[in-house]
Amino acid sequence: MPVIVNIDKCIGCEECLSSCPFDAIVIKEGKAFINEYCQMCMACLSVCPEGAIIETGEVPQITDYRSQFADYKGVWIFAEQRGGKVVSVAYELLGIGRRLADELNTELSSVLFGSPESEAQELIRWGADKVYMSMEQIFERFNDEPYSKLLSTLIREHRPEIVLAGATPVGRSFIPRVAARLRTGLTADCTSLEIDKDTRNLLQIRPAFGGNIMATILCPNNRPQMATVRPRVMKRGPYDEGRKGEIILVNADGISSRTRVLDTIKETSDITVNLQEVDIVVSGGRGLGNPKGFRLLEELAGLLNGAIGASRAAVDEGWIPYSHQVGQTGKTVCPKIYIACGISGAVQHLVGMQSSDIIIAINKNHEAPIFNVATYGIVGDVYEIIPLLIKKIKEVKGIDN
Amino acid sequence: MKIIVCIKQVPDTSEVKINPETGTLIREGVPSIINPYDMHAIEAGLQMREKVGGTVTVLTMGPPQADSALRDAISMGADDAVLLSDRAFAGSDTWATSYTLSKAIEKLGADIIICGKQAIDGDTAQVGPEVAEFLNIPHISYIRKMEDITQSSIRVQRLMDEGYDVVESTLPVLLTVVKELNEPRFPSLRGKMAAKKAEIKKWGSSDIQADESSIGLKGSPTRVKNIFAPGAKKDRKMLEGTPEEQVDTLIKELKGIKCL
Repeated sequence: MPVIVNIDKCIGCEECLSSCPFDAIVIKEGKAFINEYCQMCMACLSVCPEGAIIETGEVPQITDYRSQFADYKGVWIFAEQRGGKVVSVAYELLGIGRRLADELNTELSSVLFGSPESEAQELIRWGADKVYMSMEQIFERFNDEPYSKLLSTLIREHRPEIVLAGATPVGRSFIPRVAARLRTGLTADCTSLEIDKDTRNLLQIRPAFGGNIMATILCPNNRPQMATVRPRVMKRGPYDEGRKGEIILVNADGISSRTRVLDTIKETSDITVNLQEVDIVVSGGRGLGNPKGFRLLEELAGLLNGAIGASRAAVDEGWIPYSHQVGQTGKTVCPKIYIACGISGAVQHLVGMQSSDIIIAINKNHEAPIFNVATYGIVGDVYEIIPLLIKKIKEVKGIDN
Repeated sequence: MKIIVCIKQVPDTSEVKINPETGTLIREGVPSIINPYDMHAIEAGLQMREKVGGTVTVLTMGPPQADSALRDAISMGADDAVLLSDRAFAGSDTWATSYTLSKAIEKLGADIIICGKQAIDGDTAQVGPEVAEFLNIPHISYIRKMEDITQSSIRVQRLMDEGYDVVESTLPVLLTVVKELNEPRFPSLRGKMAAKKAEIKKWGSSDIQADESSIGLKGSPTRVKNIFAPGAKKDRKMLEGTPEEQVDTLIKELKGIKCL
């Protein structure tokens, strides 16, 4: 147990309790006690005024990463398809995958199941060096077992150091099976990825604790390092019509499935689609004070051909339907301009919109965390600023007031 | 039919706030609850038992205080409960947690295993599918409707990005469920009495013959490097002046970058 409490020094002051993001410290008989929830994040060490919390150095030591993992090379992205067509998140993965591969001075490969070769060519034009693909019928519709079996087999054979997939219902369902089978780590729903050049470790950054805080996760002792990546967070790379790459048809003999998809039914809400596709999102939060505030935002959004978003607080108040919610438990949006009106900016909201190109924040409280991610911050009353903004935009666009 | 429902006791994260000065979580007085998605898993198990007969066993891994979550499940109608609790399980990530749960499920034996789609504290949604892989059985994620169940097969609706799939599987199978599936029942008076009296099995690593190198921190491939509150953007501009001046500046900036 690497983090322990020296009970001779502990005075039971409870200072450490709130420092723990995992709720792992409890007070027993007047002393702090670290329980099974401890994730060894070390956050409590510096908090203890008595220096009673100590690390006992039992953390497995890896001294020479490079020799141990020398035969693991390359970055892989899993390209998900629907009805044979590669979905958008795959191109976003190629964007981030290309950057990571270049930093590691290695190749970027893509894995594609159940799509025609023309789709593999698209992956190459968006940045892949190689595409491993199977056009077998068993992969046309998504079933967890055949997908995880073939991907695991390919990873065992080719030994990539990093494997990324979209944090979609498909990726989040079958990728865990691959990680379990390969005895390696998997980080869910990452919103940012970086490379530690010394160790070639992938720094996997994701919201934790219901989106109240961010965590950096490592997979230091196992390869490949695997992560699912939240859609609409990463940017696509450049598209190059003339880009050349290698397409490798893989053998999928003997792969079977105990589940069978009988039918696929489409059901999409216009609001969701619209919210995720428009260039401008005007979003409202608790600071609007009442549901009527959204009428004002609708006027602004209408003027800009934008869509209406909302924070969880506004949805919980019943001011606007859940389909408009942006954030950890709602939609992730990535518009050119995101206008946050009366939204304080809890992490769980920020993770759903912080990749927007330009963020305009309007809030009465100058300390609101939304200003931390804002491109332009206006401290003021939404009901004063928005009407002014509407008036000025009309002037610019030559619309009569 | 042997039905096992895996649950997790979690802090009610909707109550967790951040201390803006230290960037740490304030959780004084934050209650522990059964992970909300797992409530739907328990309800699904009970409804299945009502339809095809059998028993519902709830299973959790956690510190001794997770006992109360298991008793809550029994008060809803579960037949019995197992608590996996051992200092050796400390520091488990999803891989080690899934391995540990699968060892317990092997010992119990099961036709159907039901999990919530994810826990609200970790939000990984990985443990269900990983358990299925360790048990070498099929799984179906994000179930929003049970269409049919027999002694040897099941047909369900699986929620997807743009609608849903109708999926069929052989048994045994592991299912993860979403909130749309059902409305969890309230505990009955009889259930509450049963929960009080219930003997909850407490198993450690030796009870499930777990491989020591695959449990706890030692068995966990991932590490939490650090946690942090998101920092400020470097290029942000706080606009100044009267509201009118601020709006003018904003319009000018947006025109400058050709956004208007």
